[in-house]
Amino acid sequence: MDGRFNKLALNADSNDIVRRIKMHTPARLLAGRAGAAYRTETQLQLREDHAKARDAVRAELDLKTDFDSEFIEEWKLFEVSTRASNKLEYLARPALGREFSEESRAEILKRCLPDNDIQIAIGDGLSVLAVQRQVPQLLPLLVEGARKSRWSIGQTFVIRHCRVGILNEIGELLKPQVAILLIGERPGLASAESMSAYMAYQPGRSHSDANRNLVSNIHDRGLRAPIAAARILNLCAQMMRLRISGCTLKEQQAMLPSDADRIT
Amino acid sequence: MRFMPEQFSFRDLRELFAKANEEKSGDQLAGIAAGSERERIAAKRKLADLSLDEIVRQPLIDPADDDVSKLILESFDREAFMPIKSSTVGEFREFLLDDGTGEAELKRIQHAIIPEIAAAVTKIMSNKDLVLAAAKIRNVTRCRNTMGERGVLGIRIQPNHPTDDIAGILLSAFEGLLYGCGDAVIGVNPASDGVDSTGAILRALNRLVSMYKIPTQTCCLAHISTQLAALDRGAPIDLLFQSVGGTEGTNRSFGITLEMLSEGRDRIIEHHRQRQDVSWKGENVMYFETGQGSALSTEAHCGVDQVTLEARAYGVARAFDPFLVNSVVGFIGPEYLFDERQIIRAGLEDHFMGKLLGLPMGCDVCYTNHAEADQNSVDNLLLLLGAAGCNYFMGVPCGDDVMLNYQSTSYHDAIGVRRIFNMRPAPEFLRWLEESGIYHGGEPAKLNESAQRQLMKGLDWSVEDIR
Repeated sequence: MDGRFNKLALNADSNDIVRRIKMHTPARLLAGRAGAAYRTETQLQLREDHAKARDAVRAELDLKTDFDSEFIEEWKLFEVSTRASNKLEYLARPALGREFSEESRAEILKRCLPDNDIQIAIGDGLSVLAVQRQVPQLLPLLVEGARKSRWSIGQTFVIRHCRVGILNEIGELLKPQVAILLIGERPGLASAESMSAYMAYQPGRSHSDANRNLVSNIHDRGLRAPIAAARILNLCAQMMRLRISGCTLKEQQAMLPSDADRIT
Repeated sequence: MRFMPEQFSFRDLRELFAKANEEKSGDQLAGIAAGSERERIAAKRKLADLSLDEIVRQPLIDPADDDVSKLILESFDREAFMPIKSSTVGEFREFLLDDGTGEAELKRIQHAIIPEIAAAVTKIMSNKDLVLAAAKIRNVTRCRNTMGERGVLGIRIQPNHPTDDIAGILLSAFEGLLYGCGDAVIGVNPASDGVDSTGAILRALNRLVSMYKIPTQTCCLAHISTQLAALDRGAPIDLLFQSVGGTEGTNRSFGITLEMLSEGRDRIIEHHRQRQDVSWKGENVMYFETGQGSALSTEAHCGVDQVTLEARAYGVARAFDPFLVNSVVGFIGPEYLFDERQIIRAGLEDHFMGKLLGLPMGCDVCYTNHAEADQNSVDNLLLLLGAAGCNYFMGVPCGDDVMLNYQSTSYHDAIGVRRIFNMRPAPEFLRWLEESGIYHGGEPAKLNESAQRQLMKGLDWSVEDIR
C-alpha cells in the first residue's frame, strides 16, 4: 500500500454518530475507497450480491415446494398460470403475464366466489424468494384485519409468471371491491426478498398504473409485515370510502402497530 | 449467377422510422421492428434520403389525437427551419458532424428541430457519431447553482431509503457530499407517495442544505400532485419533479397532463420568489425523467418506435425549461432494452437527442437484475457518456439503490469519471467544497480530522433535531 489511500470517506470507527445512524439504513455507506474506485472487498461483495440476485430472477415458482404444506392447506392455496409458458417468455413478452391462461381462468371461476370486498392474489413476479418469505407473514395479518373490519374476503390463489396488470383480469373475473396483488419485486442487491402489494378499487380492463396504489419494499429490513398490513388495510378502507384508487387517492397515515420499529 | 436485388417497401413514416432503428427488444415486442438486418439497412437508406420537410409535414401521430404532437407543432420555429428544410436526413447528419458546425450553429436551429427530426438522424448515426455531435453542445441551466457549463460534470445524490427513514436518507446524502457529489440535486425517490412523507423528506433535505449553506437544489421525486400538496402544507420545493412520456396516453398513465406541468411550474416560480432567504441563480425549476419503452409499457405507443417516442418526451420537457432532464436508461428492463448493447445504444441516443433539442441532459446509467448486464456495463456507458459531455450522472452509495432495487452509478464513479475527463463540479458548488475543506485544488482532499468533526457536528444536530 502506497499510503495514498485517501481517507476522504467517513471512517466508521472514529465516529459514534455515524455508527449509530448507520443502523438506520441498509445503504452501502462508509465503504472507503481505493483512489477513484472501490476497495477490493467492496468490489467482490457487489459481484457476489449481483450473482445472488440473478439466480433469484431465474428461479421458477412451485407452490408445493415454495410453501409449507400446512400453510397451503390452511389457506387452501392453489396455483394458476398466466399465458407466459416459461421465464424467458415471461421476461420478453410482458402482455402474456397480464392474462390468465384459458385453463387458469376456468379454475379460478370454479374455485373462487365473486363479489367479495377484498380479493387477494399472490404472484411470483421477479422473485419467488420474496413471495416465499413474505406471504406467510403478511397474508394472515391481512385476513385478520379484513375480518375485523367485517369485509368479505375471496379465496386466495397463486399466479405463476405474473405481472401487475393481471389485476385487471382479476377484477373482470371476480368483481371484488378491492383487489390486492402480492408480488415479488425485482431483486435488488441488498435483498431478493422484497415484495410489493399492488392494489386497485374495482379493477377492470381500462385500468392502468394510474389507477393503482402501491405498498412496496415489504421485507424484514424494509417495511415489516405488521406495518405493511396496516398500510394495505388502511388503503383498502380509503378506497372503499372514496370509491377510487390510484394517484388521485393520497394515502393517509395509517395507525401503525406501536411495537413495530422500522429497521432492525 | 445473378441475384435479384431484394425489394423492401415501407407503408408509411411510422413503419420506416421503426424499421430504421438499431435492434431493441421493445420495438420487437411492439411488433414494429425490422424483420431482418437487410430490411433494417434498407429502412436506414430510405430514411437518409427523406427531406426534413417531409418529416415535418407528415406527423407520426396526428396532432388532432394527441396533445404532445400539438405541443411539438406549436413550439416549432418555422423561420429557423427554412435554411435546413430541404436537407435530407443524410445531409443533416453530415451537417451535425461537420468541422464547420459548432455550438452556435446548432443552438440557432434548436427549435427548428422537432423531436421526429432528432430521432430520424439518430437512426443513421453510429455510437461514436452520437458522442461527437453531442459533445459540441452545452445546455446551461440555473436554479440555486449553474449546471452544464463546459468542463462541468454534475452528480445527483440519490440517497433513497426503503422506508423513507430521514436519518438514513441524510446519512447517505452526507457521505455523497464528501465525495463531491450533489451539485446537480440531492433528490430522493420516496418509497411512499404520501404527502406527509414527501413533506418530511423535503424539509429534511432543505435543513441539510441550509445548515451547511450548500449551493445546490433538493427534490423529492413523488408524483407532481403529491409534491404540490406538500407545498400547500408549507414544504419547501427547489425542483418540481415529474416523469414524462412522448404521447398524451403515456402522460395520462403517469397521472399528468401538460396543463398540470404548466401550472405546477408557475406555482414553483412564484414560491421561489417568496423564498427570499435563497439566492436564486435562475428560473429553471423543473426536473424530468424519461426512458425508452415507457410508452409501450403503458400501452400508449400509437405504433411508433421507442427512440422516436423518447425524442417526443424531450419535446414535452423542453416546453417547461427544465433544470435537469435524464433518461433512466437501464431501469425499464429487458423487455424494452434487452442487454448491455441495447442499453448503451439507448443511453447514447437519448443523450444526443436531448442535447440537440436543447435540454440539460443527464443520464441515470443503470441496469436491473433481470437484464443481461452488470456493473461493467455501467462502467462502459458511464465512460462513453462522459466523453459525450453528459451534464450529470447519479450518485448512489456503491451504486446499489436499496429502495428502487436496481444498480446505478456510485459516489466512487463520480470521482472516477470527473478525474478521467478532467471535469469539475458546478462552479458555486466547487467553491463550497473548497471552502469546506472537502476539495482542494479541484480534487477531493484528504480531510483532516478537525474538518471532519466540524462537518459531523452539524449533521448530528440536524438529525437530532428531526427525530
